[in-house]
Order: sequence, then structure tokens, then C-alpha cells
Amino acid sequence: MASLRDIKSRITSTKKTSQITKAMQMVSAAKMSRAEINAKSFVPYMEKIQEVTASIALGSKDASHPMLTSRPVKKTGYLVITSDRGLCGAYNSNILRSVFQTIQSRHKSSDEYAIIAIGRKGRDFFKKRNMNVILDIVSVPDQPEFAEIKDLASKAVGMFADETFDELYVYYSHYVSAIQQDVTVKKLLPLTDISSSTKLTSYEFEPSAEEILEVLLPQYAESLIYGALLDSKASEHAAVMTAMKSATDNAMELINSLSLSYNRARQAAITQEITEIVGGAAALE
Amino acid sequence: MKTIKVSVVTPDGPVYESDVEMVSTKAQSGELGILHGHIPMVAPLQIGAVRLKNGGKTDLVAVSGGLLEVRPDKVTILAQSAEKADDIDVERAIRAKERAEQRLGEQKRDNIDFKRAELALQRALNRIEVSEKHF
Repeated sequence: MASLRDIKSRITSTKKTSQITKAMQMVSAAKMSRAEINAKSFVPYMEKIQEVTASIALGSKDASHPMLTSRPVKKTGYLVITSDRGLCGAYNSNILRSVFQTIQSRHKSSDEYAIIAIGRKGRDFFKKRNMNVILDIVSVPDQPEFAEIKDLASKAVGMFADETFDELYVYYSHYVSAIQQDVTVKKLLPLTDISSSTKLTSYEFEPSAEEILEVLLPQYAESLIYGALLDSKASEHAAVMTAMKSATDNAMELINSLSLSYNRARQAAITQEITEIVGGAAALE
Repeated sequence: MKTIKVSVVTPDGPVYESDVEMVSTKAQSGELGILHGHIPMVAPLQIGAVRLKNGGKTDLVAVSGGLLEVRPDKVTILAQSAEKADDIDVERAIRAKERAEQRLGEQKRDNIDFKRAELALQRALNRIEVSEKHF
């Protein structure tokens, strides 16, 4: 059996760990609620741009644009959103596994796909496996602003336009609730599944539908990427929170069982001492 | 005078929401003025100022491109970034202007970075202009 001092020091160190995980849990809870607010303030923009895009793309038959039409796929782009660090349970591995399996089953060589990685975990994962990472961005802040992601988003959209790849999928973790996040795959480009819930308005175009689509579609695609990022940030914080909560719970459990064996050991030592004294006294008689 | 509802929305949230008498701004095809009852219209905007007149007062919002959507009773401006004149960080705009000017000096004309620096310069100048008019 471990000595009293050993057990005591294990209890102390476990307690310290649990304090840290507890603090991280609370920080993530605060960040998560901020991320939820961010995601909410993005909604009006997204709804509006979706409505206008749908009105123009579906409303006028003569309006066509390369971003709206599918072309034969020679190369597929994957935009993968992960976090910068671990400590978030299965958050990253779920996404990465899903992307990895898809790529393995769909493509034979690395010429057939290209990866755009947001987040250090994803970038490192693919680089280590010598997969074709063409663009990456790391240390995205916890509360990203549109300006910070605009560069990457417009590059990604530009790569579709100049035929670096012929379709683009985005893989991210969709925030369902604080305890549930689902890996989500969305086809970003070409924009074939534009739909609108509201009634379509017929607009006058100034100067023409084509020129408006020229401005609108890249902006729409970029905002879809930003939306996915906001969503995945909310899930990231939720995942960290859940992971840290279970770490804290585990630490508490460990402390309980260690205190029990500490008390047992202490009791055993006392008993032994008494036995020795009694034995000593009996020997003197 | 009848008023029209205006909202300026960006990915980071709504920037401006109010009822005004007239919206005037520069679209890519030229200057536009919109009053109540305008036919539904969509037009891409230039980097510039949106002037929102209400009574004797004019509010200015700096927008970096984007779209203008008009409905009979509502005008929506969708921009990737927009600031009210009071909210503009002038120092940041000045720094951005200097950076863009420096880049323009270094790059060749047909370079893609040249184009980007040019746009950045326009945005910075627009912000500075809007914030100055306000004071």
C-alpha cells in the first residue's frame, strides 16, 4: 500500500488539476454564450442575402453565372474547420475522421482533391499525412470578425472561379446544443441548392442581373463560409466545456477514492501503533 | 414627408436601423436617391458613403461595397463591412491608408496584390472622409 505522504501528494495535485479544469470549463461556458450571440447577430445578414440571391437566381431565368452551374469535376475542394488546440473531447477527431474517410473512398490520388484548413489541428493532421493542403489559416480568434476570415473566404471562392477545383465542400461541427454538436457537410460551390422560404420578389436590376450576380454570389459564398465558422466556434466552446466538465467530475471522483484510501492507511497506521504499544507493554509484564 | 425604413446589415450584425426620408448613395452605375414607394430594385454599391436624410439631420454610414436592396417600404444595404460615422476608428483607417500606399509603391501594376491594395486604399480613404464630414 502507498504511503500516507504519497497519497496526500496525489490528492493535492489532483485537486489542483481539477481547479484548472473547472476554470477552463467556466471560461468556455462564457465564450460559448458569446459565440451564440455572434452567430445570432449574423442571422439577419444571412437571411437577407439568401433571400436576394434566391430572388435573382431563381427569379430570372436568363441570369446565369459560373458559380451557379455544375461543371465536370476534376478536382474537389474540402474546407475543413477545426480548432487550434485540443482539450475538446472528440470535437476535432470527429470532423477529421469524416473528411479523411471521404477522401480515402472518393479519390485515388492527391491530384484529385485539395484541402483548405482552418485551425491548427486540421492543418497538422493533413500535413502529417502528406495530403494536399493548399491553403490554411491558424489562430482564428474565439470571437472571429468577418474581416479576419474574409481573405481566406475570398481566396477559396477565387479558387473555384479560376478552376483550381470544381466543387467545394465544407466540413464543420454544427452547434445543436451545449451537449450536442454534429459533424456537418455542406456543398458550398457551385451554389446549386439555393432555396427560399419567403415569397420571391421580382426586382428591377441596376445595371443588370448578371452584373449583380457578379457581386452578390462571391459575397454570398463568403458569408456561407463565415457562417460555418461561427457555427463551429460555438460548437468548439461547447465541446471544450463538456470535456472540461467531465475532467472535473473525474478528478472529483479520483479525489474521493484517494481520500478513502488515505483514511484507511491512516487508520491502519494508528492500529499498528496501538498494537505495537500493547505488545511492548505485554512484554514488560 | 413619408419615411422609409432603412437597415444596414453586415456579417457582424446590424449597423444602422432607422426610418428616414431619403437614402442617397453611389451605386456602380451612378448616384442613387431613394424615397418612399420606390419600385423593388437591386444594385451593387461602390465603396462610399450612404447618406440618410431625416428632417434636417443627415446620418452618414461608410460602406465597403455590397448591395442595395429596395422594396416599396424598406431599404436594405448588405455590406461586408459598414460603420456609422461616429464608430469609425480613424487612426486605424489612417494606418490602413499608409500601408496601402506603401504597397502600391512596391507592387507592379498588373499584380493581384496591387488591385487589393488599391481597394484597401479606397476603403481607408472612404472611412477617413466619412468621419471628417461628420465633425
